[in-house]
Amino acid sequence: MKYRIVVLAKQVPDTRNVGKDAMKADGTVNRAALPAIFNPEDLNALEQALRIKDRFPGSEIIVLTMGPFRAAEIIRESLYRGADRGYLITDRKFAGSDTLATSYAISLAVKKLEPYHFVISGRQAIDGDTAQVGPQTAEKLHLPQVTYAEDILDIEKDSVTIKRRIEMGVEIVKSTLPVAITVHGSAPSCRARLAKLVMKYKHARTITELQEETKDYTDLYSHRPYLQIDEWTVADLNADAEMLGLSGSPTKVKKIENVVLAHKESTRLTADDKDVEWLMQELISRHVIG
Amino acid sequence: MNNIFVYCEVSEEKSISDVSLELLSKGRKLANELGVKLEAIVLGDKIENLEGNLYPYGVDVIHYADDKRLFPFLTLPHSTLLIDLFKKEKPEVVLFGATSIGRDIAPRIASALRCGLTADCTSLEIGDHFENRTQKEYKSLLYQIRPAFGGNIIATIINPDTRPQMATVREGVMKKEIVNPNYKGKLKSIDAKGLLKDEDFIVQIIERHIEKSKVNIKNAGIIVSGGYGVGSRENFKMLYDLAEVLGADVGATRAAVDAGFEDHERQIGQTGVTVRPKLYIACGISGAVQHRAGMDQSAQIISINTDPNAPINFIADYTIIGNVNDIIPKMIKYYKKNSK
Repeated sequence: MKYRIVVLAKQVPDTRNVGKDAMKADGTVNRAALPAIFNPEDLNALEQALRIKDRFPGSEIIVLTMGPFRAAEIIRESLYRGADRGYLITDRKFAGSDTLATSYAISLAVKKLEPYHFVISGRQAIDGDTAQVGPQTAEKLHLPQVTYAEDILDIEKDSVTIKRRIEMGVEIVKSTLPVAITVHGSAPSCRARLAKLVMKYKHARTITELQEETKDYTDLYSHRPYLQIDEWTVADLNADAEMLGLSGSPTKVKKIENVVLAHKESTRLTADDKDVEWLMQELISRHVIG
Repeated sequence: MNNIFVYCEVSEEKSISDVSLELLSKGRKLANELGVKLEAIVLGDKIENLEGNLYPYGVDVIHYADDKRLFPFLTLPHSTLLIDLFKKEKPEVVLFGATSIGRDIAPRIASALRCGLTADCTSLEIGDHFENRTQKEYKSLLYQIRPAFGGNIIATIINPDTRPQMATVREGVMKKEIVNPNYKGKLKSIDAKGLLKDEDFIVQIIERHIEKSKVNIKNAGIIVSGGYGVGSRENFKMLYDLAEVLGADVGATRAAVDAGFEDHERQIGQTGVTVRPKLYIACGISGAVQHRAGMDQSAQIISINTDPNAPINFIADYTIIGNVNDIIPKMIKYYKKNSK
């Protein structure tokens, strides 16, 4: 049995390492100051896809990512780890999309890849932490969904058994195929890049990237068509522009506030023994502790 | 204006989960402000004393589906029933717990109804909005307030044109409050048998291993909490030593959990637990807004940090500038010396 697996992955600013220059004076985010990375749980999702391919040779992994031109990096990273091909969903008309508009665009892209058996993504992306795009894409594709997946335990012909990691423990569920799965960060980490795949795909480029290259790749690409990363625009997806971007997004940002801390009159102490002892006496005498 | 609905989760003990009771309490206040009713939705199997438990929170209507196939939770049958109910009742607002259940089902429903949804809100308010672009005025919208972008900003999200306005909220963020022990509402039953089809059951639960969590930091009186600055899982043991001496519990920030120093069930903050202890000892915690959202209502805060300008220091009552590894053993020593 061979499966077709669509992996949804996002390039995100690394919000875990936000420096002081990450915020502009007007309180908006300076994205340029943040390194762009492969969303961590999407890497867990890619690993689950690779494991299916390990067990069922000849299976195919197709990575979809939506974002600006530089998000093509996500597709290259996936190719280096064993994905077969990828598409960059990119268009200015997507700007300002909330999770509903995003899942609409992604669901149209997934439909172009029919017949597929799995749609696998990370549970959530670290820039928004909403965990909404996975289930919303599943709904638009009329697929059953299994969220918080930790491992794919078994695949029979047209069904899959999945372990879920939920608050109080684990749950083992079985679903028919096709299915949408969102993978939790407790799932196995993604394998490293393979040197031979890095060699094979290091010149993989989108059309936009090729236009910016100083070297002429025409000859290389005619021999190695797999190096071409396709871009899908609103027109390619045959999408209704009203359902994208700001007009397709029911949620609006009313207000963004830079975090201003209310300064409390804090008692400043040092690590000296007398300071620490004073604090413990103070807390005991005020019955906060003891 | 239409009513406020709360999707109530059913716990392992077949009663209503705390997070849902907290949302009913918040929902009651919002309903009073809007002058509308509060309606609860319960999809489960033989829930005990449902009416007696829920009406005191100010619930006017309970929509109840009693069917053994509805527990444990499964996405498809629950969403089929909710989508049908919301199409008929057209709620103004729907609230869900930000749990593995609420965060699974709420987006699916938002997609089906094409309405807006905001995850992990730390505050919900009612307010107006004037849209400059269309010169249109909106009255009494739900302000869905949450930290965003690594906690550097606080965003207020609204859904001006679509209904219901939906939000998820973590357990512990809202306060559980009974409004009137004699409050009376009415029960309406949902026809689960008639509405559910075979295809709603294509995902089956094969096995479950659910343990009641041994960690109960939500109700701890004193919390010793560690951040990335603690440095290692090994160093976290010192926090446990201090906690044991003080009769405290141990918490952690997301950065410490992500780094593998501590388990997720001890995570405090927007995507973890919200706590309100009488004393919070923040060790090596810089104090991102997501973390502060989960602990800033602590009665007393001590910050131990090498960085005098760490944001946490500005909300602390006591700031000790220095290394956690030096200071904690001294705290243990001088507590023992002075507590006799």
